Amino acid sequence: MAYQPPKQSLAGQIVDVVVLLVMTVGALYVPLYMGLAGAAKTPAPIENPTWEALGQNEAEQSQWAALGFPDAASANDIITARFDYTFSWAALIVMVVAVVGYFILVVRLSDKEYREVIEERFGKNGKG
Amino acid sequence: MSNVSATAAPERLGLLRVLGPGHVWALGVGIVLVGEYMGWNFSVGKGGMIAGLVACWVAGLLYTCVAMIDSEVTSTVAAAGGQYAQAKHIVGPLMAFNVGLFLVMAYTMLEAANAITIGFLLDTVAGMLGHTGLNQQPFIIMTILALAYLNYRGVLASLSFNLVITAFAFVAIILLFLAVQFGASAVPLDFSAVSNEPLPYGWLGIVAALHFGLWYYLGIEGTCQAAEEVRSPARSLPFGTMAGIMTLVIAATLTWYVCSGLIPWEYLGQAGTPLFDAARVTGSSSLMVLLFIGTVFATTASANGCINDASRAWFSMGRDRYLPSWFGAVHPRYRTPYRSIVFLIPIALIFALGAPLDQVVTFSILSGLLGYTFMTFNMVMFRKKWPLGTIKRGYVHPWHPLPAFVLLVLCAATYFAVFLGYGTQLIAMLCFYILASLWFHFWRYRFVKRGDQFTMPWPRPQGY
Repeated sequence: MAYQPPKQSLAGQIVDVVVLLVMTVGALYVPLYMGLAGAAKTPAPIENPTWEALGQNEAEQSQWAALGFPDAASANDIITARFDYTFSWAALIVMVVAVVGYFILVVRLSDKEYREVIEERFGKNGKG
Repeated sequence: MSNVSATAAPERLGLLRVLGPGHVWALGVGIVLVGEYMGWNFSVGKGGMIAGLVACWVAGLLYTCVAMIDSEVTSTVAAAGGQYAQAKHIVGPLMAFNVGLFLVMAYTMLEAANAITIGFLLDTVAGMLGHTGLNQQPFIIMTILALAYLNYRGVLASLSFNLVITAFAFVAIILLFLAVQFGASAVPLDFSAVSNEPLPYGWLGIVAALHFGLWYYLGIEGTCQAAEEVRSPARSLPFGTMAGIMTLVIAATLTWYVCSGLIPWEYLGQAGTPLFDAARVTGSSSLMVLLFIGTVFATTASANGCINDASRAWFSMGRDRYLPSWFGAVHPRYRTPYRSIVFLIPIALIFALGAPLDQVVTFSILSGLLGYTFMTFNMVMFRKKWPLGTIKRGYVHPWHPLPAFVLLVLCAATYFAVFLGYGTQLIAMLCFYILASLWFHFWRYRFVKRGDQFTMPWPRPQGY
């Protein structure tokens, strides 16, 4: 006999939508809002900057000027900002485990559900 | 192996089949072309100019694999929701729920990024005209609301609109390239950074750049979302998607060339509107106006396509009761998934108004990346459960399983690239999907009708 799902009330539907919204905003937006996420470049401005000291040739100097940076001091932070790519192997392993574990979890639970779908659609043991 | 019994499907209001290959191309390129107008340049920031170019081509290879795989599966599973419908038939309901969320999050975040860019662009132009400190928020809100309304009114109108503005945005890139090549720029092209500072972060920078390299093409798989509204899916979807990839590879290369030649890499790596900035450097008012319009059109077309795709994925999940069935309604007059369109507006607004561009872009990329990872084992399972010859395929992609394997390797490299600098977002995103998966499996799935999750007229999958 085919599985008959319960009918969900309007209030239940609203609760489900709220739960999804809370998960979305909570997991993704709150870390950003609290400044916990992000990879800001760190500027390392030099003292008394000149275009030459910042490694900018003549053509690049005119490009900076056209972009609204009239002198080397105004571009000092942007030119000297760099990402820091040092990382711990433990953090990398955590990431790998999280990604692989997530897919294993989803595929295994999906397979359990999929067998129910196939059984109801085609019948047990291929006797559809 | 038994065939599906001929049970009559319950009558329901369907989406209109009105789209041709041109619309599919416009939907794919329209969503993605904005990647040339903003976002891709963060790859230069993460690795330098050479790394940006390598990332462009490696990402192009990744998306070629995506297009090959997707064309086969989508031309066979021609139903609204694209990869979502594929996952439902091939892997199972929970995977489908996750894929639906990947699509919704990738497109909604991309929509938010587009709105942020429009606000930033208007602020820049206002500053150039002497009006500094423009409040960007009203423009961000208006952009999202206006496009949501257009989508609410009908898919043909919104995608025909996309076709026109996408074509303009593409031509604008070509014209900028030609103008610069033929000496229209007051400032010469300068590629000295390529030889003087080719890899500021070393070889690690090339891998790191792959993170934003995806942005050149992210969303091309959106062509599949309209499968239920395409007149001839078996022909239109592969043709539209492949034509879209070729268009984007050309546009991406031209964009890298012009921007890298006209903008110092340190500025380019953090610029909000790189192509418009390149036009500014030329000193030509005509090019500035052209690229201003091009940027507005590209972001608008992209946001428009994103609303279209995200709402259809959400609609499909509502129709299948993976989400409250209230979302599965079609507008009685406009035949659009209007409730889904309206519901996703506040989510886009929250991120557009409250998050930095690179973070929003990263969330979009991460959801896309999880979706591409799914495609690799989905393709293998598809061929295993229904070997060639057992079902009618609209298109059969060559060299299987090589494209799936290459895609998996490139996805793994991109996870590492995101980890370099944006690891917290990666973990936050995974936490979100794990929580959502547990919620679905242990709560929401009870409302799902099991047999209805398999609607294709295929034989029983092998091994089940």
